[in-house]
Amino acid sequence: MEQLVQKLKEEIITVLNLSEMKPENIDEKAPLFIDGLGLDSIDALELTVLLEKKYGLKINTPEEGKKVLYSVNSLAQFIRENNKG
Amino acid sequence: MNDQLVISGFCTLRQHRVVHNGKLLFEDPGSNTVEFLTAAYNHFRISYPKFHKMDQLAKLGFLTTEILLKDTDINSRYKADRIGIILANSSSSLESDRNHQKTIASRDNYFPSPSVFVYTLPNVVIGEICIKNKINGEGNFFVMERFDPLFFANYLPQLFNNDIVDCSITGWTEVNGNDYESVIFLIEKKKHTDGGIANFTVSEIESVYIRK
Repeated sequence: MEQLVQKLKEEIITVLNLSEMKPENIDEKAPLFIDGLGLDSIDALELTVLLEKKYGLKINTPEEGKKVLYSVNSLAQFIRENNKG
Repeated sequence: MNDQLVISGFCTLRQHRVVHNGKLLFEDPGSNTVEFLTAAYNHFRISYPKFHKMDQLAKLGFLTTEILLKDTDINSRYKADRIGIILANSSSSLESDRNHQKTIASRDNYFPSPSVFVYTLPNVVIGEICIKNKINGEGNFFVMERFDPLFFANYLPQLFNNDIVDCSITGWTEVNGNDYESVIFLIEKKKHTDGGIANFTVSEIESVYIRK
C-alpha cells in the first residue's frame, strides 16, 4: 500500500503538472480538492483518465468519484480493492 | 469623444529574449520554447502554480502580460470591467490541437486528456490573464495571417470611442513549435498617462513591433 501511495503521488504530480510539488509535500490523507492540493474539475477528469489508462479502472457514478478522488489514500484503496492486474 | 490613444508600455518575448519598454530584461540563448518560458517564469520569480498547467500559448501570453503589467497599477486606476484584452495570432491553438490529436489518434489507446483539451481554443489565454489579474472587460482573440498594425489601429479606437474600455492589453501572441513571438502593448488614453511611449498609430505600432 505504501509503495502504491508513493507511486500515485508521483503520477499525480506528472499528470497534473504540479511542477513545484514533490511527493513528500503531498499528504496522503488530505483532501485533494479545494483544500489540500487545491485541484479543480479538470484535474478530477485527469485523475479519472489516469485510473482508466494506468489501472484499467472506471469510476461509475459521481458519488463514487467523490469518495475515490477524496485523497491519495482513497485512490490507493480503490485501486487495491479493484485492480485485477 | 475621440481621445488620443497611446502605447503606455509594451513587452516582447521572442528569440530567447524578454524586452520590456525597449529594455532587455532576460535572455536564454539556445533554449527551446518550453525551456525559455520556464526559465523566464523562474527568472521573474512569478509564483503562480497554475502556470505549469497551461499550454505554451497561454504561458507565453500570461508571462508577457505579467511582465508588462508589473508596476502599472492598472487595477487601481481602472475598473475590472473597463480593462479589455484583445489578442491575435496566426496559428490559433495549433500546438494544443496537435497534442490533443495525439491522444485520440489510436483506437486502442484512446485517452483524450482533459487538461490538454481545454487549451484547444486560443482565447483561453485571455481567460488565464483575466483570472490572474481579476479583469473582466471586453475580450477577443483574432486569428490573422500575420501581425497587422492596421487592424489594431482601427479596432482599438472603436472600443475606446464606444465607451467599452478605458484601457486595453493588446497585441500578438503566437506559438508554433519552436517559433514563438509575443508582443503585447498596454493601450490607454493619452490624458490618463504621462504621454506614453508612442502614439497608437499604424506606424508607431509597427515601429514598436519590429524593435529588437
